[in-house]
Amino acid sequence: MSVAAITPDYVGERRDRLENFHGNQIVYVGWDRHLMFCSPVAFALPPETPFSKLQDEVIPGAFSQHPDFAEIDWSAVVWHLNGAPFLPSRDKSLIEQGVDHKSIIRMATPGLNGIKGSGS
Amino acid sequence: MSNRKINMKEKYRLLTRDLDWEYSYRDYKEVFPQQEFEGIKITDWSKWEDPFRLTMDAYWKYQAEKEKKLYAILDAFSQNNSQLNVTDARYVNAIKLFLTGISPGEHQAAMGFGQVGRQLGGVGARVACQMQAIDELRHVQTQIHAMSHYNKFFDGFQDFSHMHDRVWYLSVSKSFFDDARTAGPFEYMVAIGFSFEYVLTNLLFVPFMSGAAYNGDMATVTFGFSAQSDEARHMTLGLEIIKFLLEQHPDNLPIVQRWINKWFWRGTRMLSLVAMMMDYMLPNKVMSWQEAWEVYFEEAGGSLFKDLARYGIEMPDYAQTAIAEKEHISHQVWSMFYNYGHATAFHTWMPTEKEMDWLSEKYPNTFDKYYRPRFEKWREMEAAGERFYNPTLPMLCQTCQIPMGFTDMEDPTSIFYRQSEYDGERYNFCSDGCKDIFDHEPEKYVQAWLPVHQIYQGNCGGPSMEDVLGNYYKINLGVDNMDFHGSPDEERWNIWHNLQPAEDKLKQAS
Repeated sequence: MSVAAITPDYVGERRDRLENFHGNQIVYVGWDRHLMFCSPVAFALPPETPFSKLQDEVIPGAFSQHPDFAEIDWSAVVWHLNGAPFLPSRDKSLIEQGVDHKSIIRMATPGLNGIKGSGS
Repeated sequence: MSNRKINMKEKYRLLTRDLDWEYSYRDYKEVFPQQEFEGIKITDWSKWEDPFRLTMDAYWKYQAEKEKKLYAILDAFSQNNSQLNVTDARYVNAIKLFLTGISPGEHQAAMGFGQVGRQLGGVGARVACQMQAIDELRHVQTQIHAMSHYNKFFDGFQDFSHMHDRVWYLSVSKSFFDDARTAGPFEYMVAIGFSFEYVLTNLLFVPFMSGAAYNGDMATVTFGFSAQSDEARHMTLGLEIIKFLLEQHPDNLPIVQRWINKWFWRGTRMLSLVAMMMDYMLPNKVMSWQEAWEVYFEEAGGSLFKDLARYGIEMPDYAQTAIAEKEHISHQVWSMFYNYGHATAFHTWMPTEKEMDWLSEKYPNTFDKYYRPRFEKWREMEAAGERFYNPTLPMLCQTCQIPMGFTDMEDPTSIFYRQSEYDGERYNFCSDGCKDIFDHEPEKYVQAWLPVHQIYQGNCGGPSMEDVLGNYYKINLGVDNMDFHGSPDEERWNIWHNLQPAEDKLKQAS
């Protein structure tokens, strides 16, 4: 039983189907131990977006206010995709490397632990 | 015609149980079509013990008395311009949050009890629900009346009912009540009657009412008192439903326990808004959220669940998680609202140095270690003319709809992520509690109207911030939203009290 309902075989409307986003998909990005940004953020991006664009344009727009941002050594960033370790390829698109609708990308920046090391 | 006076007991019987009748030409199941689909088994409605022996005529009389007193005080409050006597204008933002986030919930509860009062097969339960429905309607009305006075002097009150259906953080309380009202009648009773009214209501009302009293807001104190005597009745109804269901049939126990788990967790998540109100929005503090939680949940709730153990009921799942979170959630939720203070219909701000010291003292294990450095950085940014606002929309939890800002209690600097895949699609959650709720009834929660996704789907007035916040939410931009410092609310308050903003004093001194 996937819902207690008075109607037999009740099926709910999937309100966030990929088709509803006009060619975009939702991608979440969280920066570990930088809770000055209170939660991961949500972007609507075409699935064909190259990872390089996400890294070079989209992510800076979200996180560059943080003093640690300018210090990031991008070659040392540790990435996770939906909880599993992830080695992104800059030239490939999001969807080509498994970043599908409502996926979570987490980036950890070793040595950078937020304001005074507080995780903020 | 006999003119004899009937005694109380007889009158009570006539006005409650005697209102029922035998259904001679319709099947009982046709009359009460929602009574079985949740799996609850009722064998004998006559075993229902009416929790409050109150008849309608007495009910009207009591309530009318209370209304008279309440409106006399509200009149006096407005004639004396008592809005000038609150501690400072920041306080009024707690009331804005109440009117937009909580009062519409009273209205939802009125509709819910009205619906359930039609669907339960026992007349005693139906009469009790009818009275609670009227109570809830009275609460929303008195709250709107009391707060309408503030609407004449402060920003952000004007479109509360419009906002309730649209604004991102108000979807938290709206979806909570939508969830309860779209459940079956017994789940609704356990959700609102028991889990909310009995287990958690003191954590909502006591902080708001004591907060109001400590901050000179007699209008809110008065509607609080007027509602409080109703709340006592609601609590006994909530407890009766649990006892009744568990005494009716042993098969009801696992269903009821699951509902308690679910609604305890949903209620706890929603109360995180009250937590931030207590710790951050009251200029004069009553007690910390942690202290309130310890008194009203750990002590009072703890003894309640000890009493219920004889029915086989256990403490809700994730009570331990909620207990660990008491040292964190108010700071985390205030951070969320501070991040998105450009998208709220009330003002946010950073605590003063003295207020931060209070937080350090009340939260010795967490505030200095995790939150103070962040808040000091934000204050620095504000002083430099770069008040921090988060430029990107937040990721929301599919179930509670709060931004994913809660952290792992094993590692409080890491966001807690949970994900489910259902029917080929990913769904994301802030906690195991929220994930469990989804996993049990995914066909319900796939329908969640998540404000951030709705904006990205183009359903909220357009692509720009002005479209969404100004036209669709009806927030008066630059007036209702943004930091308290520099707001028209602050400016007017300073004029009324002949106060000078700090920067003007500095200019004069130099």
